[in-house]
Formats: sequence, C-alpha cells, structure tokens
Amino acid sequence: MTIPLRLDSRNFVRDELDLVLRPVVIAIDHVSKKFGDLDVLKQCSMTVLKGEVVVVCGPSGSGKSTLLKCVNGLEGFQAGTITVAGTSVGERRTDLTKLRSQIGMVFQHFELYPHLTVLQNITLAPIQVLGRTKSAAFDKAMSLLRRVGLADKADCHPGQLSGGQQQRAAIARALAMDPIAMLFDEPTSALDPETISEVLDVMTGLARDGMTMMVVTHEMGFARHVANRVVFMDGGCILEEAAAEAFFAQPSTERARSFLSKILRQQ
Amino acid sequence: MIYHWDWSVPISAPYLGWLMSGLAWTLLVAGAAWVLAFIVGVGIGILRTLPNRAARRFGALYVTIFRSIPLLLQLFLWYFVVPELLPASAAHWIKRDLPLPEYWTSVIGLGLFTAARIAEQIRAGIEAVGRGQSMAAAASGLTLLQSYRYVVLPVAARYVLPPLTSEFLNVIKNSSLALTIGLLELTGQSRQIEGETFHGIEAFTAATLIYVVLTLAAIAAMRALERVVAIPGVMARV
Amino acid sequence: MGGIDADLIAAVAPFLWDGLCTSLELLVLAMAGGISLGAILAVIRIAGPKPLAALAATYVNGLRSIPLIMVILWFYLLMPLATGRPIGAFTSALVAFTIFEAAYYSEIIRAGIQSISKQQLAAATASGLSPLQAYRFVVLPQAFRNMTPILLSQSIALFQDTSLVYVVGLRDFMTAVSVTANREGHLVAFYLFAALVYFVLCSTGAQSVQLLKKSMVSQ
Ligand SMILES: Nc1ncnc2c1ncn2[C@@H]1O[C@H](COP(=O)(O)OP(=O)(O)O)[C@@H](O)[C@H]1O
Ligand SMILES: [Mg+2]
Repeated sequence: MTIPLRLDSRNFVRDELDLVLRPVVIAIDHVSKKFGDLDVLKQCSMTVLKGEVVVVCGPSGSGKSTLLKCVNGLEGFQAGTITVAGTSVGERRTDLTKLRSQIGMVFQHFELYPHLTVLQNITLAPIQVLGRTKSAAFDKAMSLLRRVGLADKADCHPGQLSGGQQQRAAIARALAMDPIAMLFDEPTSALDPETISEVLDVMTGLARDGMTMMVVTHEMGFARHVANRVVFMDGGCILEEAAAEAFFAQPSTERARSFLSKILRQQ
Repeated sequence: MIYHWDWSVPISAPYLGWLMSGLAWTLLVAGAAWVLAFIVGVGIGILRTLPNRAARRFGALYVTIFRSIPLLLQLFLWYFVVPELLPASAAHWIKRDLPLPEYWTSVIGLGLFTAARIAEQIRAGIEAVGRGQSMAAAASGLTLLQSYRYVVLPVAARYVLPPLTSEFLNVIKNSSLALTIGLLELTGQSRQIEGETFHGIEAFTAATLIYVVLTLAAIAAMRALERVVAIPGVMARV
Repeated sequence: MGGIDADLIAAVAPFLWDGLCTSLELLVLAMAGGISLGAILAVIRIAGPKPLAALAATYVNGLRSIPLIMVILWFYLLMPLATGRPIGAFTSALVAFTIFEAAYYSEIIRAGIQSISKQQLAAATASGLSPLQAYRFVVLPQAFRNMTPILLSQSIALFQDTSLVYVVGLRDFMTAVSVTANREGHLVAFYLFAALVYFVLCSTGAQSVQLLKKSMVSQ
C-alpha cells in the first residue's frame, strides 16, 4: 500500500511523518458487489487514515453511494474485505449495529425524522443506542447545535427548516454519536446554491478538527482545498486514487480528465 | 301499487327498540372486528416490509387469500365449515357452549377479512416513509426493532390515518353481512321491521340515516385525530 | 346423505355454472353501467356548474356511507313500487349495483383526472389547444392510463360483491352453491369448492392487474 504524501501544505500544516504513522480507519480491499447481474463495484480498494479527508467523485451511477454504504454495512458485498477500525464489516459475526453506531453518516436528502424535533432527532440514537441519559444527550445535542449554528432551531421540526439548515442538523445528529469516522453521500447536491456553502463550512470545520471523513461530492472546491486525497470512480472501478493536489494538477486517466473538465465548467 | 306511508313506524314501540338493538349490534360487531383487524393487519403489514423473505411471503399469502374470497363466503366458511374441520372437542365446544356464536363468527370473519385490507394500507404507509429513513436509522446504530419503533412506524401511522378512516367506515358497513348468519344488526332489524309491518321504506330510511350519521361521526373523529398528530412543517392533507 | 360422487357432480354442475354465469353477467353489466355513470359524475364534479357538482358530491358521499346490502334491499323494495309491476331480482340487483358502484368508480376517475397536474393542462393550453382539446388529447389519455388498474381492481371487488345478491335470493354463484350445499347436505365440500373458485378467479384477476401495472410503468 502506498501512502500518498502531501508535498504541499498550503491549506493545512500537517506533519508528514505524522501522516505516515497514522492508523488506518477505513480499509477497503478488493471489494466487488453485484445487484443481480449488474456489477456495481469491481475490485475496489482504498483507505482512509485517521484524521484524513478523502473525497470520492465520479459520474452518476459509478457506484460511489454503494461503496459508501458498504463501509457501514448498509449494503452487503460479495467479495473482498472492508475493515473499519480493525472490525471486518462483511463478517457474519460482526455486530453491525455497534459498528454503525461508531460511524456517522450524512445523506443527500438529509433523512431527518420528520415527526421529531431537531433536538429529538439528535438525541434519539445516543439515548436508545448508547444508553446515555436524557440530560447528557441533551447537553451534547445543544453544544453540537451551537457548533453548526442551529441552537435556536432545537425545537423546530425538520419540515420547518431550509435545506441547508436540515443538512447541518443531520451532521449534528451524526456527530452526537461521537463517531470515529464520518461518511457523506453528496451532502450538498440536494441544496439550493446559496445554502451549499453553509454546509461546506461546517464540513470544513470538522476536517480542521481532525475528523476522519469519506466524502462523496462533486464540490471540487471542497475537494481541492479540504481533501487530502481524491478517489475517482467510473463504472464501478476505482480508476484513480491521488493526493488532492496531484489529482487537480494532472489527473492520470483520460476519463478523470474529461470528468473534471466537465464538472469544473459547470461550477 | 299504492304505498301507505306511516313514518311513525320506525320511531314507535317496539320497532324503535329493534332499530336501537340493531344499532347496538352493528357497533359491537364493527368495534370488536376493528380491534382484531387492526392488530392482525398491522402485524401482517409490518411482516410484508421486513428484510426476511419468509416473513414477506407469509404476509403476501395472507393478504391474497383474504382478499380473493367474498366476505359473505368467508363468514359462511367460519360459521359452517371451520367447526367441522376442527378436532372433535373444539368443534363440540363451539357448537354447544360458545355464547353468541353468530356474534363471534361475525367478529372473526369480518376482522380477519379487514385485516388483509389494513395490512395493505400499513405496507403502503411504511413504504411511503422511504428507504432513506430506515437507512438513516440503521446508520445511526438503531436495531431494526428500534428503527420501526421510533422512526418508521410513527411516521407511517400518520400516512395511514386517512385510508384507515375509510377502512373503519368499511367495517361499519360490512358488519351488515352479519345478518346472513342470523345476527340481527341494523340492516337485519330494518328488514325484520319491513317483514313485520310492510313499511319497508320507513324502516330502511331510518337505518340508512343511522348509517349516514355513523359515517359522518367517524369521519369527524378521524379528522380531529389527524389534526392532533399532524407534523409541523409537513403539508397537511387538504 | 350420500358421498360426493360423479353423479352428484354431474347433477349440480349445470346449476352452479348457471350461477357463475349470472355472477359474471352482473359483473359485466354493472361494470359498464357503473363506469359510465361514474365518469359522468366525475366530470360533473370537476367541471360542472356548482349546484350540479354539489349534487353529484352528495350522491357519491351518500352512497359511500351506506352498506351495499342496504342498497340492494332498497332497490329490491323500490323497483316494483316505482314501476308498478314485479321486476325480478336480477334487474333490481343490477340497478342497485350500477348505482352503488358508480359512486366508487366516480371517485377513482375523479382522482385519476386530478392526478394529472395543472401544469400539463397549462402546457397544453399554452401550446394553443382549447381547454376541451387539452382534456381530450393531453389530460384524459394520461388519466385513463393511471386509473385503468384501479378501475379493474375495483371491478374484482365488485365481482366479489355480487355474492351479496344472496340476500334477495337471486341465483348467482354464491347463492347457487349455498342452495346446493344445503339441499345435498355437503356444506363443507361445497363452500370450500366455492372458496377455491372465487380464489382462483380473483387472485388471477389481481395478478393480471399487477402485470398490467408493471407493463405500463416499463413502457
Ligand atoms: N438497490 C439497488 N438495486 C439495483 N441496482 C442498484 C441499486 N442501488 C444502486 N443500483 C445501481 O448501482 C449502480 C451504482 O449506483 P450508485 O452507487 O447509487 O451510484 P452513484 O452514487 O455513483 O451515482 C447504478 O447503476 C445503480 O443503478
Ligand atoms: Mg449516489
């Protein structure tokens, strides 16, 4: 396994030695998955180190969401292994609920529970899964809401919030479990353009604080400035895995190049 | 033909009493059948949405069977056929010692029939909640049971209220079939009055009006319930 | 009472077959009448003048709040009084079913038409079609596609409902089975047989509707 080094530390001052010595949090090794006859993932391998931000991009239908869902066992896979903090995801005797409780996930369409207030959304799993007391869960939720700038919306229902506010609440909900890593599946693609930045700002803040993040996104600005590495997928294959700088400077595959030029033209 | 009107018939003794007794039986059959239908229907409806294939198959089979046979025939099956197929001691108990056999047969027949329809509504309601919601619940570490308990079912419950209202009205209306196995509920009593007095129009009018009032009352009650449980920020049904 | 043998089956088969034909006849005629009347009611409720629309709404909601048995009994009682001569259980049942089912069909048709968004109508009229043309060429074809499976499902329910003519003694399949079962003393066998027949017919019908729905989606 080659561990890419960031030669340029324009955005973050990172100790390169430290990067090399970081433990692997997510290790995806030759994972293949079929939906019926359709090969959705073909021999995918990649890693996410502790404190690293890895952006996964690629055309629609290339298998990005599926790969992400394999990481916390929301989707099964037929071949290969995925290890999260030393736990093998695909193994039968793995306690998937326990594993999932340690990994935060943020969805394209927020998936806040509509019948619960923002506060109840955030405290549900800490109370039911982690067995925290109501008051502990409440305090934690309120501090997270302050962090994402929604302290005044604690008692609102999701339907009363804008898209950007809902997504920030969803991030707070995931953080409430004190996850060892966060998975993002196109967190901004369902948002109005003017609210995208408020969500990206929260995510950037998280990255600064050292959160381990695997992010499916088409926000190339975020990828360029916040990600350590970029993974490019097409047709179920990981075609490229490179340091963010290198990826944007010179993608090594033709398909990544054309994808990049298309997407940058749009943005 | 000349018809002799007498609107005092349905409101005079003993016929008013007959009608009231009929109304009482209608409510007793419909109420008990509803409880049974709701419990079984919610169970079957949930089975149809579980990841377990055998559970889904069983749920689908139940719904297909109970929706493909006319209710009238289902009542006859419960009343005439099932006791014959049971072990002798159970059959003996049903035939000799079961109090109010027509009543309990109606409740079971109507209840299990309606359960299949409720199951379909519950399944549709759960599916309307969406895979994203259960995925989000699972992603946060909730077990399947917890995700149904705290996320899927509370939301689905709100979706199914309107269709359950019409199923409830159906139970009231369908309870009239109990007359075919000899239970004198509202329709049966009005027909009884017709046979006795030849004032069918008056008797049927009275029964019809009572059904309309029952319907309106049930609708009003369910609308009120819908308002109470409405989720803020989610567009209410018009 | 004897066993069930070939003789008995041969003896009762024509009677049961007649019953089944009566049921199917009721189904087809009540379907045709119910859907026609239902369509008229739906159009009145959507596009008719206010008082007429209110009247149609009352018709639909009123009928939907009373049991079908009640309606069947009503018409069995009223038809001879209205026409002044005995009229037979079949005709009175057919009228009852038509009137009753029209209320249900009309709701399906109305929902089908209203499910086509206002934008479709707007787009059609914007392209120069008159409102009537817009309905004729844009709204109704789509609406009809959407509601066909539901109309068919309702008709399967109607087929099951025809068994209720039992209360006025019309010899449909259900009544024929019941009469035979009681006469021959084989309640269990005959009722199970009837259940099997209804089950096969209705579940096949329901499956066909599902297939139709799928093929319409994939088109
Ligand atoms: N539940 C499913 N059943 C069958 N095919 C699926 C399912 N989910 C996704 N797919 C297919 O898998 C492929 C990859 O999907 P996805 O991972 O969602 O792609 P992306 O997120 O990159 O757009 C697509 O071709 C999609 O149609
Ligand atoms: Mg995706």
